[in-house]
Amino acid sequence: MATAPIALGNSSWARPLSRTLAIYFKEAKYEFLTRLRLRAYSISTISFPLMFYVLFGLVLNHKDAPVGGVGIATYLIPSYGTFGVMGASLFGTASGLAAERGLGWLQVKRASPMPPFAYFAAKVALGMIFSAVVVVLLLLLGITVGGVHLPVLDAAKLVAILVAGSLPFCAMGLAIGYFVGPNSAVATINLIYLPLSFCSGLWVPIMFLPKVMQQIAHFLPPYHLAQLAFSVVGAGQHESNLIHWEALIGFSLICLGVARLGFQRDEGKTYG
Amino acid sequence: MITALQEVQEIHTEVQVNGGAVIATLRRVSKNFGEVHALRQVDFSVRAGELVALLGPNGAGKTTAVKLFLGLAKPTTGTVSVFGGDPIHAEVRTRIGAMLQVAKVPETLRVREHIDLFSSYYPNPLPLAETLTLAGLQEIKDREFGELSGGQRQRVLFALALCGNPDILFLDEPTVGLDVESRRVLWEEIRRLVARGKTVLLTTHYLEEADALADRVVVINRGEIIAEGTPAEIKANTAGRRIRCVTSLDIEIVRSLPGVIEVRRDREGLEIRVRSAEPILRELLMRDARLSGIEVTSAGLEEAFLALTSANNGAA
Repeated sequence: MATAPIALGNSSWARPLSRTLAIYFKEAKYEFLTRLRLRAYSISTISFPLMFYVLFGLVLNHKDAPVGGVGIATYLIPSYGTFGVMGASLFGTASGLAAERGLGWLQVKRASPMPPFAYFAAKVALGMIFSAVVVVLLLLLGITVGGVHLPVLDAAKLVAILVAGSLPFCAMGLAIGYFVGPNSAVATINLIYLPLSFCSGLWVPIMFLPKVMQQIAHFLPPYHLAQLAFSVVGAGQHESNLIHWEALIGFSLICLGVARLGFQRDEGKTYG
Repeated sequence: MITALQEVQEIHTEVQVNGGAVIATLRRVSKNFGEVHALRQVDFSVRAGELVALLGPNGAGKTTAVKLFLGLAKPTTGTVSVFGGDPIHAEVRTRIGAMLQVAKVPETLRVREHIDLFSSYYPNPLPLAETLTLAGLQEIKDREFGELSGGQRQRVLFALALCGNPDILFLDEPTVGLDVESRRVLWEEIRRLVARGKTVLLTTHYLEEADALADRVVVINRGEIIAEGTPAEIKANTAGRRIRCVTSLDIEIVRSLPGVIEVRRDREGLEIRVRSAEPILRELLMRDARLSGIEVTSAGLEEAFLALTSANNGAA
């Protein structure tokens, strides 16, 4: 069969940078709107940490019982902040990715000229934005209702650390999203998220946990993020912050590697 | 019965000479998924400005062919080319629109937001208002996807395929699961696209759909192309027409008439499958003056298709 392919006019085709950035922005904006309107995500990620904080930090707060050297209302901000960041990041990335991968939507996007990385960047941006919202709301509650005193600079530092700390869990979410099915995603995330939070001392302060569990906690990424956050308010285990950063970066790289394997496996399935 | 295939292909060659340039090709493409041969040595091309229907039963390899054209799958052997390039490249994809079968679309985004996002992927997208008009979404542009009916959802997916102003559109089972009314609306929209000079490849297992829309029908079964031609050619070369009538003539006499393929008793009358209706009708009326209740129907692509695929299955 004779063919007369039409040559492409410009073989060194590239999208101008400004248009690429515009796509990244739109992708993130619509990912945010999608999730904001999805109350199962937006309300539960924000309200669970706040609810715990109100209950254990404000209502059941005995002012004469400091934890880790600071008042309980202060102590619980980094603690539930880490918990909230984990939830926003894991659910923000993994559940969407698992569903969109498993039910064909990702394939529709892949068939378009969308830059593939924009898709993942939007999910990570979403996790970070919701993380920031949770942490800021916790701080506002603590300062206005809980009588927490925190210099503005420290408060800003706390937000910055926790929002940056959303990255390892976004990476973890992408890895999970590539290896769970659309229907089992939420259950799987909860199975990882809740025990991990508990064992890292985010629900019951780490010093009240048995010695063995305190040892185990050193291998868990949320423990390291929480310790970085505690150091801002003068609580925590007072270890070297460098160790915590290293642990989080190492963990992020492992998760990204796993996510990459998943990406390649999927591409292999379609391209193989 | 498949001797017709050769003929159809010859006629088709002429159509190609008169048609536009080839813009998308599968050349000796085979695609295996493990032990499953989804496509076997398929040669198939799409010319500029035509509407081709890839027709076949479920599992025939239609979706696989579309995925190959979209660069979502790589052929096991053979080559795929769209606009002279590999569709895996974004520069080729900017000229392609795709409508795929998808189980779930993000439900909390509004129609116009979905379109706005997809439009941004392309260098010269259609204005939003034009996309909305072409896909008939003007009145529901502010609705969230989750609130839409089945037909409206398919039209949104159709809008996403056309919003980038692509030169060629691949529509994989665009009307599957739709009611008759929604299907006709979508057909009308697809026709309008072709009238604007777009090229369309659609897959379908609705024979009526291929008949109603396509300039050219390619019948595929078990990963192989088994017939190709205009809807009329395919019909003419296979099952012919069907006559129903009430007659006192003996069934064996009717069966012996030249040009009769098959005769069945149908309640009080006969159902006669013939290559061409007129000579048989003349003969019947001459032999039985009291013949009544005549009904002549086109055998339809449905029967043509069944004849083609069953012959193919028999040979396999």
